[in-house]
Amino acid sequence: MKLARVLGTVVATCKYEGLEGIKLLVVQPLDEELRPRGLAEVAADATAQAAPGELVFMVASREGAQALPETFVPVDLAVTGIVDELDVAKAEIRAEVTARWHEIE
Amino acid sequence: MYIGKVIGTVVATIKIPHLDGRTLLMVDQLDLDGAQTGNYDIAVDVAQAGVGDTVLVIDEGNGARQILGLNPGAVRAVIVGIVDDVTLMSGGALAPELYSVSV
Repeated sequence: MKLARVLGTVVATCKYEGLEGIKLLVVQPLDEELRPRGLAEVAADATAQAAPGELVFMVASREGAQALPETFVPVDLAVTGIVDELDVAKAEIRAEVTARWHEIE
Repeated sequence: MYIGKVIGTVVATIKIPHLDGRTLLMVDQLDLDGAQTGNYDIAVDVAQAGVGDTVLVIDEGNGARQILGLNPGAVRAVIVGIVDDVTLMSGGALAPELYSVSV
């Protein structure tokens, strides 16, 4: 799952069967420092509660559809949660070596 | 699967039921030298990993559903192990001149 910021909503009246009642959101994928990364995308809202401005995480590809009440639907990106708290480790903790790397002699 | 480093934790009250009671950790993928690449993922942890740990991550839906006992299950990335050792052949061994390629 990746982090994203909800930018807005999309309404489509005429859409493929199975997509009725699914809320569509415009989301901007983010990197680890919450900076925008890549182009904005459209995601189905599996939480049904995400609003513009919120920090969310989303699941991509086939698993996007699995998050929805009807799982056999043409969806490849879904918002699966709204972030309350995000704790990213400080640089010194990230730099700590916790596995041994060897070379074959 | 890939090797990553746990770089953070994510807390969410509002989430899909598949994630209820699960620990979500931020993992940064490592390159062959063990350096972080900035290619991160939010993964479900089933290996009791903590921040700073070097971990093994599966990034595939069917495997994830099997591990978590879900069907359907909207989960892809799962931390399935904590890495102690990685042993690689030296970088030079992968140099293209060691392979004979004819076109």
